[in-house]
Amino acid sequence: MTQQQNAFNADDAKLIRVHLYVGYIAVFLGAIAGLLQGLQRGGMITLPSWLEYYQLLTAHGVLLALVFTTYFIIGFLYSGMSKNMGRLYDGPRIAGWIGFYLMTIGTAMAAVMIIIQEATVLYTFYAPLQASPYFYIGLALVVVGSWISGFSMFAQYRRWKKENKGKLSPLFSFLAVATMLLWFIATLGVAVTVLFQFIPWAFGLTKTIDVLLSRTLFWYFGHPLVYFWLLPAYIAWYVIIPKIIKGKIFSDSMARMAFVLFIIFSMPVGFHHQLLEPGISPFWKYLQVVLTFMVIIPSLMTAFSIFATFETAGRRLGATGVYDWFKKLPWSDVRFFAPMMGMLFFIPGGIGGIINASHQLDQMTHNTLFVTGHFHLTIASTVILTFFGITYWLMPVVTGRKLTPFANKLGMWQTILWTAGMVLMSGAMHTVGLLGSPRRTSYTTYQDHADALSWLPYHTVMAVGGVILFIAAMLMVYIVVYLAFFAPKGEEEYPMGEVSEYAEETPRFLENWKIWIAVSATLILIAYTIPIMNILEYGPPGSPPYRFW
Amino acid sequence: MHLHKYERLWLFFGGASLVIFLIVLGVSAFAMDNQPPSGAYCAPGVALPETLDPQKVSETPPFNNPGIEKLSEDTYVVNMVAYSFGFQPSRIEVPEGSTVYFQVTTKDVVHGFEIPGTNTNMMLTPGYVNTIRQTFNETGEYLILCNEYCGLGHQFMSARVEVISQ
Amino acid sequence: MSDPGIETKQKTGIKQNSLKGTFISVMILGGLIVVSWFAMFALFLSRQ
Repeated sequence: MTQQQNAFNADDAKLIRVHLYVGYIAVFLGAIAGLLQGLQRGGMITLPSWLEYYQLLTAHGVLLALVFTTYFIIGFLYSGMSKNMGRLYDGPRIAGWIGFYLMTIGTAMAAVMIIIQEATVLYTFYAPLQASPYFYIGLALVVVGSWISGFSMFAQYRRWKKENKGKLSPLFSFLAVATMLLWFIATLGVAVTVLFQFIPWAFGLTKTIDVLLSRTLFWYFGHPLVYFWLLPAYIAWYVIIPKIIKGKIFSDSMARMAFVLFIIFSMPVGFHHQLLEPGISPFWKYLQVVLTFMVIIPSLMTAFSIFATFETAGRRLGATGVYDWFKKLPWSDVRFFAPMMGMLFFIPGGIGGIINASHQLDQMTHNTLFVTGHFHLTIASTVILTFFGITYWLMPVVTGRKLTPFANKLGMWQTILWTAGMVLMSGAMHTVGLLGSPRRTSYTTYQDHADALSWLPYHTVMAVGGVILFIAAMLMVYIVVYLAFFAPKGEEEYPMGEVSEYAEETPRFLENWKIWIAVSATLILIAYTIPIMNILEYGPPGSPPYRFW
Repeated sequence: MHLHKYERLWLFFGGASLVIFLIVLGVSAFAMDNQPPSGAYCAPGVALPETLDPQKVSETPPFNNPGIEKLSEDTYVVNMVAYSFGFQPSRIEVPEGSTVYFQVTTKDVVHGFEIPGTNTNMMLTPGYVNTIRQTFNETGEYLILCNEYCGLGHQFMSARVEVISQ
Repeated sequence: MSDPGIETKQKTGIKQNSLKGTFISVMILGGLIVVSWFAMFALFLSRQ
């Protein structure tokens, strides 16, 4: 067993704390935007003239899907590496601060542009709608800041390997490096389109933009982005949850293998967001659909590992029979309960994802509320509930406080409220989406068309779900503030799991990053080279900027 | 790497399901012509540019003259132009049982083209023509709507297909 | 490491049998995937 100091390094705690603070400020603001937006779409309120539905939509997406996730993930990954390795080395820690400040400056720039209505383009960009160049520069700074943090984690890992020659890297740290590597490869696409297409165009240096190229580069990034959200949740499931349920990690090598598969297969799949677009041939779309299905495999592996972890933990605690272990799980411990609800949400979430990616089946769901319902199950339930579950112990760890029974109880209610609100909202979204109601659309009846009128009751259910979710979000913010500033001082346990003694030795080739990067690059080239050459060669003249807001 | 017996069984079952899904999709797409809309190759015997200058849509045939054309007894072609915030033509009429080829492009930003309750759903990207075929077997007023955010009037962007009994 | 009692117990066969619940769980999950997917495909065909 490796030696681990019990006290969490104080300097590292500070760095992690600020990431969590910014993240939860984003939750607070993003939830307000979400509430107003849901009520407006449900036809329950009329927004004042200085506030636009689409502005709220942009803010909601940017704050929750980009800002909260990125800050939280970086903070969480640093915490695990610090715990695994005793501390962050000085270089990586200082780089972490530089990354933090860059991201924060960038976030502030983008936020100001959204508030003054210079960037009502939604966070998926939507060229040739054109935002202020400072919006794009702000987002570029966020990405660059996250790169610096990512590279500091690579440096931390490398130095540890050097100082511990021959030893297997700690599991959490390996998975953290894999996550940041995936993020780096993915963000190359968005960096190229922002630096070489959007910024020159927004400054007027180029007159037109190649819309299809920008969309292709964006979605090259846009899908692995969701794995960047998901993988830290998987880290918690693989490494943290076993400890919380008094079990052991089922298999170290399967966890590593799953993450390696994500690095390989999560990139060459962006076309499944562009299945209904002209200019990309059905053959290349289908090829990427096949590759998309490959990336389901590591999730199937994860499902097995999770259940196996539960079952073996239950049996350690004396469970017999086929399903007794289920009752042995710590259902009243919010550190388990919140992520567990998240895992359950991933069952319908994952199924919806398979359907969306199924080539022509996308014609029923594309750009409808079905998709919105889908990612509220995945990112906004599976991932977010897991992140909340992490927060209950991570916040006390980095503020030197205790998770009290009071906070635990509030957390249980938070999880129940969130689950109830999401079942209502997402259920209604899936159903009405299949009936055809479009996503990202303000309140409308299309001049009282019968179809559109039949959607209104579902939109009302969505709004009710949204109100419950808003209450749950505010409760979460309250718990976070309590754990950060008011809970009694003490030493909270960092639940870092240990590998089961029955798990087999981890093969060392898994640590050979060069192989995985090379395979990933090869697949990206196969999936994208010819389609992008076609776009460049046969594409139409570019588009001038538009500003329809 | 050694896998538990049950895990191997599970991955085999999962993998086989995925392969079956892919075969069904592939056969449906490549052999039965159910490809997702991917550009200008839809209506038989109709000349259509793959791409065009997005700033010269109103000068480029067939989009210089948007409207409906009868191809044969029960097939129609609709040349349509999307713009913020509408479609041109904004209302068409066909008899029940007709098959309609929609040939659509946009003259400004990206738009969507969706008929709720059907499989008709496609993206309109500036400079490209996209096409889809829809058969209308029931009478009624069908809604065409834009499902891709295109500006503050996005929620008003719609058109109608009136399917009348013969 | 952990207490030896469990170790011997697991080494004498329970280890192999102990994942039955896991297997049933994942197969239920697999069944849900297959049923949902074909339901959606049927909906697609009915709208075609």
